[in-house]
Formats: sequence, structure tokens, C-alpha cells
Amino acid sequence: MTPLIADSEVGETDPFLASFDTFEGEEMASSPPSWLRPFRKAGLSRFAELGFPTISDEDWRFTNVASISKLPFSPMGKTPSAGADRLSLDILPFSGVPVHRLVFVDGHFAKDLSRIGALPPGVVVTNLAAGLSDPSLELEKRLGKLTQDSKNAFGALNSAYFTDGGLVIIPPGTALGGAVHLCFVTTSSQAGASTNVRNLVHVGQGASGTVLESFTGLNPARTLTTCVNETWVESEAYLEHIRFQDETLESYHVGSLHYHLGSRSRCWAHSFSLGARLFRANIRATLAGEGLECILNGLYLTRAEQLADHHMVVDHTQPNGTSHEYFNGILDDRSRAVFHGRILVRQDAQKTDAKQTNKNLLLSDEATVDTKPQLEIYADDVKCTHGATTGHLDEDAIFYLRSRGIGLERARRMLMHAFAGEIIERVQNEPLRAVLDRIVRNRLEQNPHVKVEI
Amino acid sequence: MLEIRNLHAGIDGKQILKGVTLTINPGEVHAIMGPNGSGKSTLSAVLAGRDGYEVTAGEVIYQGKSLLEMAPEERAREGVFLAFQYPVEIPGVNSTYFLKAALNEVRKHHGLVELDAIEFLALVKDKMKALELREDFLKRPVNEGFSGGEKKKNEIFQMAVLEPKLAILDETDSGLDIDALKVVSAGVNRLRRADNAQLVITHYQRLLAYVIPDFVHVLCDGRIVRSGGKELALELEQRGYDWILSERNHTA
Ligand SMILES: Nc1ncnc2c1ncn2[C@@H]1O[C@H](COP(=O)(O)OP(=O)(O)OP(=O)(O)O)[C@@H](O)[C@H]1O
Ligand SMILES: [Mg+2]
Repeated sequence: MTPLIADSEVGETDPFLASFDTFEGEEMASSPPSWLRPFRKAGLSRFAELGFPTISDEDWRFTNVASISKLPFSPMGKTPSAGADRLSLDILPFSGVPVHRLVFVDGHFAKDLSRIGALPPGVVVTNLAAGLSDPSLELEKRLGKLTQDSKNAFGALNSAYFTDGGLVIIPPGTALGGAVHLCFVTTSSQAGASTNVRNLVHVGQGASGTVLESFTGLNPARTLTTCVNETWVESEAYLEHIRFQDETLESYHVGSLHYHLGSRSRCWAHSFSLGARLFRANIRATLAGEGLECILNGLYLTRAEQLADHHMVVDHTQPNGTSHEYFNGILDDRSRAVFHGRILVRQDAQKTDAKQTNKNLLLSDEATVDTKPQLEIYADDVKCTHGATTGHLDEDAIFYLRSRGIGLERARRMLMHAFAGEIIERVQNEPLRAVLDRIVRNRLEQNPHVKVEI
Repeated sequence: MLEIRNLHAGIDGKQILKGVTLTINPGEVHAIMGPNGSGKSTLSAVLAGRDGYEVTAGEVIYQGKSLLEMAPEERAREGVFLAFQYPVEIPGVNSTYFLKAALNEVRKHHGLVELDAIEFLALVKDKMKALELREDFLKRPVNEGFSGGEKKKNEIFQMAVLEPKLAILDETDSGLDIDALKVVSAGVNRLRRADNAQLVITHYQRLLAYVIPDFVHVLCDGRIVRSGGKELALELEQRGYDWILSERNHTA
């Protein structure tokens, strides 16, 4: 243990370090590639070194993870959860949409629930664990490459403990027929049970594809999910990435989403966050080429004691890049949202067009939002705008609808749905958009605060 | 059809309507004119049921029922329609979806079957054409990005679709160019029937040249200070409101 770490932090991270020997012992039995062991060990020591962030850390000012650090941490090991094979696909979102589907139950690939259709030549769609044992894929050159500089304790923890995840490789010039759905399910009802998954997506030059990632929790418990994504969209490539998080209201979910974009590429990344007691997304987009387009589009719905925190850094390094971030949130009860959007425009990134909006709709007087845009601009010829709003449903609009015969409750729903719809309609994949729309609509309908108080 | 008796109303502690009395019978068109700030929009808002207004005295009987006790949506379903002076933009709410929902609420209220999308489109098509509304109009969010004139036309279009018993038009003519004014007036006149009524709020005689009122009332400082036939509007146009006010002061 390094002496640099304060005592209290050592105490906190200890249980998270202690599980490693058992975890690794199990893994060795499956003869992983030789480079994976040092990779995990590096993750573990990085985690020990960083410790859990505290609210004195600028990037975590509004999100206290003390409750995570106090969990009786128990990482998912090699053994799949009991009953995983008996799980019915029907209860999982998007199951009606024909896609290449990889299902992971508590971090383990569930082969029987998964179905991968015919793929174009050279396309790899498989689970990461399988990919790691295929030396021809040379994943040691990819895994951790986008995360190595990051000061992210949860990402480091994930490096040590990840069990599996999705692997999608689309070779240059290839269109991935049909979307890939990486479907993660948490079934554990044990407090502290931790699912750690990792996805690697590589869209080769001029290639294109759609990847959906969903997280569903089935049994309310104080579980922890960490997820690390490393996504490359090479030059002239196109990726639509949809993330849908709907874990139980007791759970914790920390996602670290790294995007690396090449010249003239287009990346549309959507984040829908409905579940988890504490949700944090660390979104890092490195705009590494010229003339590219990066759309980060997100919707969060929170209620009860939920906290949804989006923390993103968009790094413009080259000229003529476009980045737009649109995040809308609908907050109820005592829930909270945090939005931190940092746009970095480096000196070479002339003619950057960067736009950021964060809009929040409060359904209750106790809900709160901390929103903080941050522009850091070193180039002189750029167009950068940001705006944030927080407010209630528009009373004038409600009256207008009512004055046409539409009831109060329905009027409120129409407006909430419209607000969510601004985000949903940016999803390009139509069948997936339709499902998202339905799920969000249903969730809003269930909201008791839409009902008229008598 | 509508009987307003000694209506006193205000907002945020400010008294605006100070005893309005007005009776409207089926088949009649009434015009209300009056200086800025005299309470015309307040009267229409109170009749449509906007929140925040405090009625301190008086009553409003609509088709035998107490209007002020009804929720805004109930009033609408019972046939009260307000064409807003400033129609609200509602981003994200599709015009077709909105108007179909509204029409079906009204139909349901009257025990009629709800229309499906195809029936609805068939019904609105001619009405859109009559008001010279662009084809893509129904695909856009309600009023979003509409020009001032388009918004006003949209109000009359909604009125044509919902076929109210009592239509209150709050300065529907303002902001319209002369061609649009003719189109809108024709739209209003088409809806004129023996069993419904219209209350037209305006500053200008030019609308009343097309939508010919049976009665003209002058609202000043929250009271109707004079009523007459359609020639009163002409007289007001020539002489302004001061004339009435000073006459009143003399006689008072
Ligand atoms: N919320 C409010 N609080 C205080 N005063 C208000 C409020 N709303 C309206 N008023 C006042 O009430 C008076 C009447 O307003 P109203 O809009 O009814 O006038 P109007 O006759 O429609 O005028 P215009 O011809 O300009 O449309 C005005 O003096 C206005 O400033
Ligand atoms: Mg007015």
C-alpha cells in the first residue's frame, strides 16, 4: 500500500481490494491470456492509489459516493448466477426487436439467451471473454487504451474485476447489418454484489453500425454495476450508440464511456437513464480527427431519492469539428440531477462548432439540479454555445391544451412526453426509437404526480 | 346562451373587471371594443377558465349552468372556445396529435365515437384548405415557429374543427394582413349559425366590416360603458374612446 493514501481512504478501499485474490484465483483456472493478469493488477493498484472520490474532488462535488464505498463489496466471479438460463427474454427491454443480441446475466455471458444472426465477412460480434482468448484479435492492443490516462477510480476497479462484456469489431468499409444489442441483466438481490462489465467497440474506417447497450435490474438491492466502454469510430465511420440504463431504484451504477473519433466520422451517442439510486456517467469524447460530428444526446428520469449525474468532457483537438450535447431531465420527488459538461477546444481545433444544452423539468418542489457548463477554448475562430434551464411545466401551455378540451392530467403528460420526445426523436434507428418512446411514455404515465390532486 | 351578471374579477390583488353585465343569445355576434388595458383579455380568460383570476362578485350562466364552476376542459367540451390573443407555442406536441385529441375529447363528451387518424384527416382537410393553411402545418408542433398570422389562422382552424357553441375571439384580427383578414373573417362567418354565438374582441372596425356584429359594446376600465349596434364601431373609429369617456363624465 502506498503511504500517499490517507488512512480513511485505505480503510474504505480495503474490502474492495481484498476480494481480488479469490477473484483472480478463479480466473486463472480458465487460463486467460498472459497479459490480462498484469492488466487487472494495474487496475487494482490504480484503484488503491486513487481511492474513492470525495465531494472535495471538483468532478464529484455534487455526488457523494460514500454509500458505495461502504457496500459489502462482492464482485461477481466466474460462476454464473443460479437460474440465469431460466430467465425469460420477454421481460427484458427491446426483446421484440430483431437484433444481434448478447445477453449477460450478472456479468456473465448467457449463451442460451443470446442470438447472433448472420454477419458480413470480417465482422466480430461476441462476448469479450471469448474475444480475449482469441489471440488473432490482438485485444491487448485495445483494452485499456482509451482509459489509461483517466483518473477514474471506478474505471480502475472495473479493470481489476470485469468479468465479460460485448465485443464488436466492424472492419473498414463494412456496414453492420442490423443493430447489436448488449443486454445486461442484474438478478442478484445481495447487497454489495457487484457486476463489472466492459465493452469494446471498434468501427473501422468507413464502416457503420448501431450498438444498443441496456442495463436492467430485476431484484431491488444495493448492488453496484460498473461498466467501461471503449469505443473507436475511425475516419469516415458512423456509429449510433444507444445506452439504456434501468436498474432498480436501490442500485448503484457507474458507467465510463470513452469515445475516440477519427476524421469525418460521425458518432451519435444516446444515454437514457431511468433507473438506479445513484447513476453516474463519465463520458469522455476525444475528437481526434478533422471535420467530424459528435452528438451526445441524453434523457434522465428520476424520482424518489434517485440521483442521475452526467459528467462529460468533449475534447476538440482538430479543426472543423462539430459537437452537440443535448440533455433533458425530468425530476420528481426529492430526486437530484447533476450535469457537468466540459467542452475543451484546443488551439488547433479552429472552426469548431460546439453546442451544449441541459434542460430540466421539475415535477416537485423538492427536486434539485446542479448544472455546470464549462467552456475551455484555446482556438480563436470557433462557435461555442451553452445553455441550461430548470423549470416547471409551462402553465400557459397547460391552459391552452385544457381550453381545447384536453384534461389536466393528459395535458401534463403531453407536455412531459414532448419534453422527453425532444431527446428520443434524435435516435436514428427507428425500431429502437419506437421502443424507447414507449418505455419512456409508460414510465411517465405511471408517475403519480401527473394525477390531479383533489 | 351566455349571461354575464355583474362580474367582478381581478388578479394578484388588482381589480380588473368591475361589474360586467352582458347577455348573448344564440345566433348573435357581439363585439367588444375598448382601450388597451380595459380588461378585454381578462374577461375572455375568466370565461375560458384560466387559473389565477379571482372572481369577487357576480356570476356567469352558460346554457343554464354556472360556467365559473366548470374546469377549463369541461367548458371547452361544452362548447366554449377561446381564440387566444397570443397563442402559445408548444414545442414537441404535434399539431395533428393535439387537435385529434381535443376533438375526440369533445366528441366523447357528447357520446359520439372517437375518430381515427384517417377520419380525422379527412375531416380537417377541407377546413385547412379554406383557411389557406400549408400542407405541412399539421405535421409541425403546435404553433412552434408559426408567424403571427399563422398562429391566428390556426386558432380559427381549431375553432372550425371543434365547432364550438360560443366562440370568443380575442383580437384575432391583429397582426393579420388584409388578405389573411379576409380569409380568417370568412372562416369565422362560415361557423356562424342560428344555434351558436360569437364574442369578438377587437380594436378595429376593419374586422367588423367582414364579421358583422349584431351588437357592439365598449369596455372601459372593467365596465361596459356603452352598447349599440354595428354603427357604434364606426363611430368609435372616427371619434376614439375619449368621446365616450368624456360624455360619460358629463352625464355622471
Ligand atoms: N397578472 C397580472 N397582474 C397585475 N395586473 C395584470 C395582470 N394581468 C393583467 N393585468 C392588468 O389588467 C389590465 C387589463 O388587462 P387585459 O389584458 O385584460 O387588457 P386588454 O383590454 O385585453 O388590453 P389590450 O387591448 O392591450 O389587449 C391591464 O392593466 C393589465 O396590466
Ligand atoms: Mg387583450
